[in-house]
Amino acid sequence: MNNAIQMISIFAAAMAVSFGAIGPALGEGRAVAAAMDAIARQPESAGTISRTLFVGLAMIETMAIYALVIALLVLFANPFAK
Amino acid sequence: MTHSPLQTVPLFTIGPVPVTEPVLVTWGIMAVLVLFSAAVTRRLTLAPSTAQTVLESFVSVFDDQIRGTMQVDPAPYRALIGTIFIFILVANWSSLVPGIEAPTAHLETDAAFGLIVFGATIFYGVRTLGLAGYLATFTRPTWVMIPLNIVEQITRTFSLIVRLFGNMMSGVFIGAIVLSLAGLFVPIPFMALDVLTGAIQAYIFTVLAMVYIGAALAEGRQDSPVNPERK
Repeated sequence: MNNAIQMISIFAAAMAVSFGAIGPALGEGRAVAAAMDAIARQPESAGTISRTLFVGLAMIETMAIYALVIALLVLFANPFAK
Repeated sequence: MTHSPLQTVPLFTIGPVPVTEPVLVTWGIMAVLVLFSAAVTRRLTLAPSTAQTVLESFVSVFDDQIRGTMQVDPAPYRALIGTIFIFILVANWSSLVPGIEAPTAHLETDAAFGLIVFGATIFYGVRTLGLAGYLATFTRPTWVMIPLNIVEQITRTFSLIVRLFGNMMSGVFIGAIVLSLAGLFVPIPFMALDVLTGAIQAYIFTVLAMVYIGAALAEGRQDSPVNPERK
């Protein structure tokens, strides 16, 4: 029984990271593409754009990091696997 | 199997208080930063030495960033913002020293920073707007938003903590996994990436702290446009 829970936990952790990374990856791609477009149009405002881009990327990336933290919680702090 | 990144092992105990490795590293970084700053600022001259020039350029960069992000006079916020940035940067890069693990790769250090920012948001908001004025910002735009605004305060602090923790911990974790799979030189590119991540995360944590504090101040100024970088 315990073994089955651990197997399901590992599978669930892999699922969490793999599907949790899809959305942020698409979002970051769109954000970088938009920033590149903006910098190509207005090279003089590249500093402001890249600063805002980094903050925005961190916001988006947090979603993937949440998935990673959930995966680690499932693997290492699973309340049902003890 | 590597040990859980969510646990910390106490190294020794002082009386009833267990002392873990992140605490020890944090004390070391604090001592280094304080001693360096004290040694340099002891003899400030008009014709600056090399170390004083480095410090002055740091301070002017922080001033420009604070002025650009928060649109206020940087003097009251320089100490907090600058200390947060320098400490997190040194803490993230402290993993480059052999045998030392970055203290920001453990949840407790990041939670302390997140709570400091949370407290600073309330402190500067109350100091600038008054208690009634600060509490009134929760009713903007309408009183219906009060629960959402309160939840936002908590969730954004939580996301600040988990963002720094997740990024730094994943770097340490990936390094450990790659080291257990492959040989001596294979983890080096990952460590180089970790250095870049550490710098970016220190910058992002600082910018978000500025944005949160600036938002608490800007919401009180009804006539001014809301900070464009606000989340």
